Amino acid sequence: MISDFLEKLFGSREPVSRDTAKQRLRFVLAHDRSDISPQNLEKLRQEILEVVSRYVELDLDGLEFSLESDQRMTALMANLPIRRVRSNPLEPDTPVEEATDSKLELEDDAIELDEIVEEASQTADIPLD
Amino acid sequence: MAMNRIIVVTSGKGGVGKTTCTANLGMALAKSGKRVVVIDADFGLRNLDLLLGLENRIVYTALDVLAGECRLDQALVKDKRQPNLALLPAAQNRSKESITPEQMKKLVRALTKAYNFVLIDSPAGIEMGFRNAIAAAREAIIVTTPEISAVRDADRVIGLLEANDIKAMRLIINRLKPAMVEAEQMMSVKDVQDILAVPLLGVIPDDEQVVVSTNNGEPLILGKELTQAGTAVSNIARRLQGEKVPLMDLSVPKDSFLKKLRQLFN
Ligand SMILES: Nc1ncnc2c1ncn2[C@@H]1O[C@H](COP(=O)(O)OP(=O)(O)O)[C@@H](O)[C@H]1O
Ligand SMILES: [Mg+2]
Repeated sequence: MISDFLEKLFGSREPVSRDTAKQRLRFVLAHDRSDISPQNLEKLRQEILEVVSRYVELDLDGLEFSLESDQRMTALMANLPIRRVRSNPLEPDTPVEEATDSKLELEDDAIELDEIVEEASQTADIPLD
Repeated sequence: MAMNRIIVVTSGKGGVGKTTCTANLGMALAKSGKRVVVIDADFGLRNLDLLLGLENRIVYTALDVLAGECRLDQALVKDKRQPNLALLPAAQNRSKESITPEQMKKLVRALTKAYNFVLIDSPAGIEMGFRNAIAAAREAIIVTTPEISAVRDADRVIGLLEANDIKAMRLIINRLKPAMVEAEQMMSVKDVQDILAVPLLGVIPDDEQVVVSTNNGEPLILGKELTQAGTAVSNIARRLQGEKVPLMDLSVPKDSFLKKLRQLFN
């Protein structure tokens, strides 16, 4: 209470940039350290989703998939919320529908823009090394 | 024979204090009685001579030695203020490609015969100049500031050093601003250390006297009374020789009025 009052009196503290710096560094270093190209990361994501989706129906809006780094050890973090378990797993090669972003293409050599990789959560932890 | 130390001072990013650290650390080690040679590996953008105040005494450079135009000892600039210290200058009018890693190894190998410490001041970047600088090194000192881009580049360099089998790495965090850390507007020593996961060799505060000493070509260590940054470097030199020296207290001396009031009411 009183410190709130003082805060008002003397002006409140600015938001701290220290935490922002740490968080941004963690993210960028995970990618730098793993040295996996955005293209391959995306391919990896697609393939993992394909496999998992044969067994369970995923909540595609809640998907999280990213690299994290701690103590120079990089891990792939995936959070794949399950909507429903399939009683009969699908066979490999069955196409699994996924919500796709609208694709932007160049006229000549079609280049797909990479999807933005989301921030991580801790549900599944698949170490890379 | 005592083990010689061959240490590269490197960072990835430019302007974080590699040359400042090399010059001052070299002087501090020399002052403690070790025979020290500092090598300027920043071909084309040499500065170590300036920071040491030896720029007027350069006759030959490392390239002249390699070309056979002079002997190695003729190219070394001996510091008159501190006879234990010598500088092997880089060529200024040539590019970083004018020397190879093999040639660098040859120079360093010869120097270890006469010096206890060989400190190599690396250029910025991770290309040829960097590869030359690390070629002969057995240890590395990574210099960074507590800024996001410097830490990222340091991390990259740490990876490259590991890949080149230089496992003995230690970290100097330079230009720390304690007041900013206290206000949580700068990453702390622990933050940077946690992220890079390399043992800490020391912390050097941001200090105006560094600029003054650079202007004068007089390393901080030569001053009669050491400033905070000077003491920090001198501690680093001692730690480098295996002494256990606690980290300096860099906390902001006086609590601000507001902070005191807060503490009073919380
Ligand atoms: N601890 C410090 N406090 C204040 N200024 C510093 C400090 N360390 C380095 N500097 C300044 O930063 C600049 C870059 O330093 P330098 O050693 O040349 O970096 P690098 O060799 O990594 O490019 C110089 O102007 C130097 O005076
Ligand atoms: Mg430099």
